[in-house]
Amino acid sequence: MNFDVAVFWDALTSYPFFKGACITLLLALLAHSVGILLSIPAALALDGPNNPARATLRGVLSVFRGAPTLLQLLFVWNALPQFFPIFREEWFTPFFAAWIALSLNETAYQVEINRAALKSVDRGQYAAGHALGLSRLQVFRYVIMPQAARIAIPTTANEFITLLKITSLASVISLQELMAVTSQTVSSTFQFSEYYAVALVYYLAMVYSLTWLQGGLERRLSWDAVAAAPVSLVQRTLARMRRI
Amino acid sequence: MSEIIRLHNVSKNYESFQVLQGINLSVQQGEKIVICGPSGSGKSTLIRCINRLNPHDSGSITVEGQDVSSKAGSDHVRREVGMVFQNFNLFPHLTVLENCTLAPMKVRGLSRQAAEELALRYLNRVHIGAQAYKKPGQLSGGQQQRVAIARALCMNPKVMLFDEPTSALDPEMVGEVLEVMAELAQDGMTMLCVTHEMGFARKVADRVVFMDAGQIVETASPAEFFDNPQHPRTRAFLSQIRH
Repeated sequence: MNFDVAVFWDALTSYPFFKGACITLLLALLAHSVGILLSIPAALALDGPNNPARATLRGVLSVFRGAPTLLQLLFVWNALPQFFPIFREEWFTPFFAAWIALSLNETAYQVEINRAALKSVDRGQYAAGHALGLSRLQVFRYVIMPQAARIAIPTTANEFITLLKITSLASVISLQELMAVTSQTVSSTFQFSEYYAVALVYYLAMVYSLTWLQGGLERRLSWDAVAAAPVSLVQRTLARMRRI
Repeated sequence: MSEIIRLHNVSKNYESFQVLQGINLSVQQGEKIVICGPSGSGKSTLIRCINRLNPHDSGSITVEGQDVSSKAGSDHVRREVGMVFQNFNLFPHLTVLENCTLAPMKVRGLSRQAAEELALRYLNRVHIGAQAYKKPGQLSGGQQQRVAIARALCMNPKVMLFDEPTSALDPEMVGEVLEVMAELAQDGMTMLCVTHEMGFARKVADRVVFMDAGQIVETASPAEFFDNPQHPRTRAFLSQIRH
């Protein structure tokens, strides 16, 4: 076994790997932001008796949820330009294509998380808000949302970590994210372990930081007198990495 | 005395089950009414119809002359009528103080400072000012219910609705909540209370309304109601709760 530490270190501190990691993180952040933004109104819109509009929305979401992410990426990158000339223009880069595909995919998953969170808020909270004269929007903004957010945060953070790892699929549409940079370097040098280790360190560092942020956010939003039993950062991160 | 709430021939169904059948009730300003009856008789539905938490199906409900089934009427009734729930329904993510200041700030447009002064005044009035900066989850049931009363009072309501306010409480905490309610009654608040606390009804109520199967069976002064009930169903109910 030989592991060239110098090669590992040079790659870890090199610009292409750093840039690849930044693209990975940026793509995940942007796709999840759009996902969350779209999923909240979608989750609210789905709440109610069945009608044609809801059935359509549900159908569309189930396609985004059912189709493999890889297929969606390829479809957006290769097939969309066939339908719409606007996607043949200069601005439609692999990054944009990946952003669109992953956002739609993420919206579909996030809708379910939000719906579950909204459902778990006690109906009495709506009644209390309305009885005080608050409007529907105010009840949602000041009473329901903060409570639903607390419930949704652990699963949302999990979802984000999964998304962060899924961005590696965008290498197939030639996006120069972390995994693409790694594969290309390896294919020309054949020093597998050194460069794979670099990718692992970057992914782990991103997941660690997110898990740490999530813990802080959960603590800030918690209102229980007794906090839940603390789970260590290492334990939580390891549990996550097992799901790659 | 002037009339503040009027229910005329109010009916409501859940699916095919008729929860309220032709309810007529007039509430005068300053009046204290206790509504009692067996479970499932429609008491809670009745008071939830008044502030439009449950829309009624037919008949009319007016509060200060405004029909609550209109948008303007339901906005009006919710601003002017306070409600206290069986399960408190405090907002668990907000402090006691924030629970009390939310509606005055967002609905009445009070400044934070004015709303907090108001909230502390009412929290002190229900003897719980010292807990203002705690979260509801840190309080006992009796304390939570008193906060809920203060929260409703912060909107300066003209009427207070109580939906079994002591039913979810441990027995030793019932007294502190009833005491606050009795003080409120003494100050002249118009009150409609759904409760099984017959001691409270006897002491505080001007009228006792007995409901069964979605109808008002009997309305009487507490003395009449407890000592000389007219209707056989009232007698059956009273003998049951007296064990």
